[in-house]
Amino acid sequence: MRIGIVCPYSWDVPGGVQFHIRDLAEHLIEVGHHVSVLAPADDDTPLPPYAVSAGRAVPVPYNGSVARLNFGFLSAARVRRWLHDGRFDVIHIHEPASPSLGLLACWAAQGPIVATFHTSNPRSRAMVAAYPILQPALEKISARIAVSEYARRTLVEHLGGDAVVIPNGVDVGFFAAAEPNPEWQGGTIGFIGRIDEPRKGLPTLMKALPKILAERPDTRLLVAGRGDQREAVEDLPERMRDRVEFLGMVSDQDKARLLRSVDLYAAPNTGGESFGIILVEAMSAGAPVLASDLDAFRQVLDHGAAGELFPVEDADALAASAVRLLGDQERLAGLRSLGSRHVRRFDWSAVGAEILSVYETVTAGAASVAADERTGFRARFGLARE
Amino acid sequence: MPPVTTIIWVAAAIVAIGLYLSWTAGRLDRLHARIDAARAALDAQLLRRASVAQELATSGVLDPAASMVLFQSAHAARQAEDEQREVAESELSQALRAVFAEPDTVTALREVPGGPQTVGELTQSVRRVPMARRFHNDSVRAARALRRHRAVRWFRLAGHAPFPASFEMDDEPPVLLTADGAAGHR
Repeated sequence: MRIGIVCPYSWDVPGGVQFHIRDLAEHLIEVGHHVSVLAPADDDTPLPPYAVSAGRAVPVPYNGSVARLNFGFLSAARVRRWLHDGRFDVIHIHEPASPSLGLLACWAAQGPIVATFHTSNPRSRAMVAAYPILQPALEKISARIAVSEYARRTLVEHLGGDAVVIPNGVDVGFFAAAEPNPEWQGGTIGFIGRIDEPRKGLPTLMKALPKILAERPDTRLLVAGRGDQREAVEDLPERMRDRVEFLGMVSDQDKARLLRSVDLYAAPNTGGESFGIILVEAMSAGAPVLASDLDAFRQVLDHGAAGELFPVEDADALAASAVRLLGDQERLAGLRSLGSRHVRRFDWSAVGAEILSVYETVTAGAASVAADERTGFRARFGLARE
Repeated sequence: MPPVTTIIWVAAAIVAIGLYLSWTAGRLDRLHARIDAARAALDAQLLRRASVAQELATSGVLDPAASMVLFQSAHAARQAEDEQREVAESELSQALRAVFAEPDTVTALREVPGGPQTVGELTQSVRRVPMARRFHNDSVRAARALRRHRAVRWFRLAGHAPFPASFEMDDEPPVLLTADGAAGHR
């Protein structure tokens, strides 16, 4: 099958959606399909052989943060050329409802279009205003995929229609096979995420730490992620600061090793998550998970069967659960084995097959993808079909 | 005699309205084509599911009672007229759930030659039917929303195309043939 994938965000900036697209493309190539990824990238960024640059993305303030987006005639022309040269059986657009390359591709293409909705943003005013413009483009999508039941619900509320739920994929084998690092073992709690992004929840964990240390003074907290380290430990009493180790940005390999090593993985996020891939990665590496009770997390953890949940932003509850778990080796071992069994459905072999099922369902009985050449006036005034 | 500028404005307005109507008609046409493709895909998946079920029923692997139930409902689903189709297909879903309620049935089926392939095909088709149905009903919803538009109704842009109908059925797969069931949950 010839598959075209459109990446909405800059290829050179690391991010969940970009990693998802990279892994999906590589998985599909591995099982013998032809894949081309169209992504915004500077012309001098090194791209993998399957990726095509759609030109430089322009940083624009959008929806409360700075988004790097593609628009304008040059990008539109590149999208058309890519569609024309690719002769795809199906194109797969990511995040079509944000003002991005995905939306451009949706405008410019016709034929079987699959779209994945990753985020579950609350309805923005821009989206309400653009709705009449957005709707004709979104109408062309033959199949919608949401990454979680939560994302699907937001999609249905905001845009109407329906979607199938297919979770994000993880290379389970990669995490399961990582070598534990002895330096990171022995009463350790792991945290991975941007330090200066409050929604990742590090402040909650810092508030809980003194209570955890009071009960179990040997505990160490390992933090991997970008951000200001001094600011992060500011509220912690001086003598406890050496119990926190900052590892900075870590490579994929080190991330896997960290997750293999820790006794407990904490995910105290306060919101803004539509899936929670990090929990799946932690469970793949056999780390017991203690996560805040967000809709998305609850679903990934099978309603608390595959990992423990605590009320969002409740530092006391987090501390109590952590102390109880760290002292209960049997429960930790139970969570490890439950987790590794549970994550099999998130492995690329399972997720890739689901996505291919969608491709095959929409291509059955449809023509291939082409650039949308607007039909002539006579044909249009002949009005719709008889 | 109105001034020339007024005539130009009126002409421009008429052209703009014409362009809008033409564009909307194009949108509607595309939506109808999408419904046709989605309906064809749904038909294909339903037929595939009924065929696998019928194959299973005649294979002699299942006990006679299960074979009869499955054969009857698969046959009815394949032969159903359009009006009875939704009911017949729902009954096939129920029959599949009843036959595959016990883990032993799946294990026994996997042990016979060619069994694992059949289980694979059935697992795939009970997953793809709800998928295809969701895509079909989503396209129907989009077309209905546009057809309720005033411009579409007043200018009869939909022509003689019938008002699209969604396909409603019970498409719940047997738990043992889903990711949750296969992992031993629930």
